[in-house]
Amino acid sequence: MNKDWPLWEVFVRSKNGLEHRHFGSLRAADAEMAINNARDVYTRRSEGVSIWVVESKNITASNPEHNGELFEPAADKAYRHPTFYDLPDDIEHM
Amino acid sequence: MKNNENMKEQEKQTKSLEEVFEAKIARDEKIEPKDWMPEKYRKTHIRQISQHAHSEIVGMLPEGNWITRAPSLRRKVALLAKVQDEAGHGLYLYSACETLGISREEMYEQLHSGKAKYSSIFNYPTLTWADMGAIGWLVDGAAIINQVPLCNTSFGPYARAMVRVCKEESFHQRQGYEIMMTLCNGTQEQKEMAQDALNRWWWPSLMMLGPTDDESTHTEQSMKWKLKRKTNDELRQQFIDQTVPQADILGLTIPDADLKYNNDTGHYDFGEIDWEEFWQVVKGHGMCNKERISARKNAWENGKWVRDAAVAYAEKQAEKQAVKKAV
Repeated sequence: MNKDWPLWEVFVRSKNGLEHRHFGSLRAADAEMAINNARDVYTRRSEGVSIWVVESKNITASNPEHNGELFEPAADKAYRHPTFYDLPDDIEHM
Repeated sequence: MKNNENMKEQEKQTKSLEEVFEAKIARDEKIEPKDWMPEKYRKTHIRQISQHAHSEIVGMLPEGNWITRAPSLRRKVALLAKVQDEAGHGLYLYSACETLGISREEMYEQLHSGKAKYSSIFNYPTLTWADMGAIGWLVDGAAIINQVPLCNTSFGPYARAMVRVCKEESFHQRQGYEIMMTLCNGTQEQKEMAQDALNRWWWPSLMMLGPTDDESTHTEQSMKWKLKRKTNDELRQQFIDQTVPQADILGLTIPDADLKYNNDTGHYDFGEIDWEEFWQVVKGHGMCNKERISARKNAWENGKWVRDAAVAYAEKQAEKQAVKKAV
């Protein structure tokens, strides 16, 4: 038998009130081991209060080659931002 | 004819991709794993990041040698934590390297077969407890000088791993210096032990910063890719300039008769480095090369049944879950 341990992505919440953030990846045989390894590899100095692990193969990522059609349309929609609208200087609370 | 045109078209495309790529780096934008990159960029990064990872992993061995013999509990927990950090650094770097399309097994295989190198300094033996002080102070000191600029390198996963590594590394150097300090304030014998460790680790630490600029084959390309921000000689000079005053505070003598502060340049002049020794160690003829590789190989081979058992257990658990769901 020669099977490599699968790759896992690790997400850590550094403290309550903050979202889980991607910290990195690691190898582990199963989810439980991935959590235990993540604790040792990524939170040796109290960096987290909660860990998520997900097998890397379950993540679908966008392709950078499609960045144009995905993200560029937002660039010419300045009217989605508050600064697009002209208001008198002396108006308050807006 | 048609083929020829196709090839030309392809070449043109690659060229324009390369231009976009170079411009991105020039603007200090990061390259991420799925972005297009020249094959040479990928290969160079696999080489450097995996060597860096291997150095962290092999680097645990000379220090692991002293964990059970640390002189106090305080020293023991610190050394354990340092060695554990090095394991962690190796793991950050292996996974950063994997994003470039090389598998972890392949990297291990390259280390074990000698195809991939690791820092030559770990092929020197750790003879006394003072070596734990000298390694932390000098070897980690030189490593920090090497690593800090890498936090800004162009490849995103490498840069992110290095930020974490650098954050954790500074305790390593401080714990080493504290060991030296304690020995230097101790008995005559302890002070001699500290001096002996400095004598043995000084030159290898200077060599650790790599061959001189005119001998270094990768420097120019690496500077362009921001994989390097300063040349080996610049880094070496910086290391010497900051370390000499630290030795003075300890009351120790740097083992270099030519070492002298140069008022004109504002830097220390230093003696000739024995590059013959450096290349001998790189080529595998250092004092501990064989021992280090065989320790890694044994760990990998003797641990195989544990890795296999973990996979078998995971598969069994998954099957049970599937059956439960089906019922």
